[in-house]
Amino acid sequence: MDYISPSMQRTLFDKIWDEHIVVNGNQIEKDSNGLGQTLIYIDRHLVHEVTSPQAFESLHQRGRKVRRPDSTIATVDHNVPTNDRSLPMVDQTSKIQIETLTRNCREFGITIFDIDSPYQGIVHVIGPELGFTLPGTTIVCGDSHTSTHGAFGAFAFGIGTTEVEHVLATQCLWMSKPKSFLVNIEGTRRNPHAITSKDIILSIIQKIGIDGGTGTVLEYKGKLISELSMEQRMTICNMSIEAGARAGLIAPDETTFEYLRGRKYAPKGEYYEELVESWRNNLKSDPNSVFHKIETLNADQLAPQVSWGTNPSMVSDVTGNVPHPDEFAKGNENERKLAIRALQYMDLQPGTPITDIKIDRVFIGSCTNSRLEDLIEASLVVKGRKVSAQVRAMIVPGSQQVKIQAEKLGLNKIFKEAGFEWRESGCSMCLGMNPDILAPGERCASTSNRNFEGRQGTGGRTHLVSPIMAAAAAIQGHFVDVREWV
Amino acid sequence: MDSFKTIKSKITPLDIINIDTDQIIPKQFLKLVQKTGYGNFLFYDWRFDQKNKLRNDFILNDPKYAERSILLTRENFGCGSSREHAVWALFDYGFRVIIAPSFADIFFNNCFKTGMLPIVLESAEIDYFFSLDSDIYVEVNLMEQTLSTDKKIINFKIDPMKRRMLLEGTDEIDYTLQLEDRITNYEKRYHR
Ligand code: SF4
Repeated sequence: MDYISPSMQRTLFDKIWDEHIVVNGNQIEKDSNGLGQTLIYIDRHLVHEVTSPQAFESLHQRGRKVRRPDSTIATVDHNVPTNDRSLPMVDQTSKIQIETLTRNCREFGITIFDIDSPYQGIVHVIGPELGFTLPGTTIVCGDSHTSTHGAFGAFAFGIGTTEVEHVLATQCLWMSKPKSFLVNIEGTRRNPHAITSKDIILSIIQKIGIDGGTGTVLEYKGKLISELSMEQRMTICNMSIEAGARAGLIAPDETTFEYLRGRKYAPKGEYYEELVESWRNNLKSDPNSVFHKIETLNADQLAPQVSWGTNPSMVSDVTGNVPHPDEFAKGNENERKLAIRALQYMDLQPGTPITDIKIDRVFIGSCTNSRLEDLIEASLVVKGRKVSAQVRAMIVPGSQQVKIQAEKLGLNKIFKEAGFEWRESGCSMCLGMNPDILAPGERCASTSNRNFEGRQGTGGRTHLVSPIMAAAAAIQGHFVDVREWV
Repeated sequence: MDSFKTIKSKITPLDIINIDTDQIIPKQFLKLVQKTGYGNFLFYDWRFDQKNKLRNDFILNDPKYAERSILLTRENFGCGSSREHAVWALFDYGFRVIIAPSFADIFFNNCFKTGMLPIVLESAEIDYFFSLDSDIYVEVNLMEQTLSTDKKIINFKIDPMKRRMLLEGTDEIDYTLQLEDRITNYEKRYHR
């Protein structure tokens, strides 16, 4: 690739991008003025039932083939019921979507982990779990939270259905190159059980805003990041999209290599060790590489975070109050109007202490926080306690593998004895496409990623929190500062 | 995809920032397996109350704004979920152009696939359009990259390749399939 000067200092993202250029659009588009699109190669493609039917249908109609069925895997997650799976599915339209995916995968030769598979689960939980997600690769899925996989040092991003078809047919995508945005995390957490990676990412989003990352890839760096487990890193990269970013990225290190070693789809033996050697040497930003934007978060004083509004930047310390719209808007009239609307929708008064907010439901699940460590952390405050009589609480493991492992550890018993429902894996009440939804007016402490109006059910009210905060809220019936519990 | 023709229409102003795709098309309508028929469900929870009655406090329900093809809105339009259904719903409802100071990345890309034109303008220009009388016609010319009223012409910029594809109504996948050799070469060179 002669258009890259070898002496140039590159970011991790630059390096992955350069490795994946198939066609530089400027070479074929005469009037492009250097603005053209680049055709980049896609190494890995994850498919689910909701955003794929139209893509397969179109392939079918035009007689197009899937170029690399071997680079594609599918599962059902968004629609699946999370209650007893031996029962017939009640929702017929969901059933059709699920069956359509199975049929399409069979027709085009794509591996699918269907509803009865021991590997079924949320796409972004099973990709890493299976070792399908690898450092230095490009990964796409018709789902915005594909950013999760960036925790492995992969350029992973969500696409629309037409692009799903484009990748199926060509294994490539046209893109204009996003810019690099460095997020430094400094300091140390006083109490790592109570202050989780969910709290870190929520405060980053509060800081840079829900469109602060638009057109960029966020690279998270710092000593604290390197100390996090893979599961904690995934929570951070997962919510990069909530800051508007194309993707999140964390340079792979020994924690990454150790996590992937021996997993189902990860390369094995000597070849794996060779790959690790090259990842170790190459997959990091050069010391003087240039970032378009830089932001720093200090974790020293971080408190558990609770969202009070209808987008993920509207968050407060658990020790704080619901803000006044003026205070939130900082002089921006459009933001002020938005905050007024949010408070009305959430039925909250400015000045209300966060810990006074009573809840009706608790949802621990979603691709943000449904992995084994999330459940272990939540169980810390549940053991020996009971869910408040006013609250209905459910745990939805991210995948069948998570569920199996959690049951081996006896977590299901701890949760069930406390009064939680223990469910089958899927997206569930994160978006409520299956029967798990909030009733109008119900208020939920949720470990998911979006508190948009109606997200968990029309008229439902969502407060985003970490798993341990959600668990503690389930016990007390309102938010509590979990630092006092662990 | 049909080619993009010059459009002359009045504007529907939607003066809210950060409109997410969950609002544009709520999840209960994502269960269809085709690309058409989403128009009736556009902004469903804002257009209809909990008894499925039309709400009179939402602009799209004002008969004055029926049959307009230009949507004017604020920052970060289309944020959140990647669902292309959001574009299909706006298109099916009749919109062909969306003007905003900024768009969320995935939504912005999705627009071009269905022949929708998203136009980014400076905030001052956005304010100008919001200040216009709602019965004024605006002409959108993609060839010239201009928006014009009878008083003013405003230029906008679109990526040249996207612009050409919209103007010609090119199917992007057919176009890429013509580059098959290059893809195969890449796969050989990089052992993919
Ligand atoms: S868990 Fe929620 S955010 Fe994640 S993929 Fe499923 S619906 Fe999307």
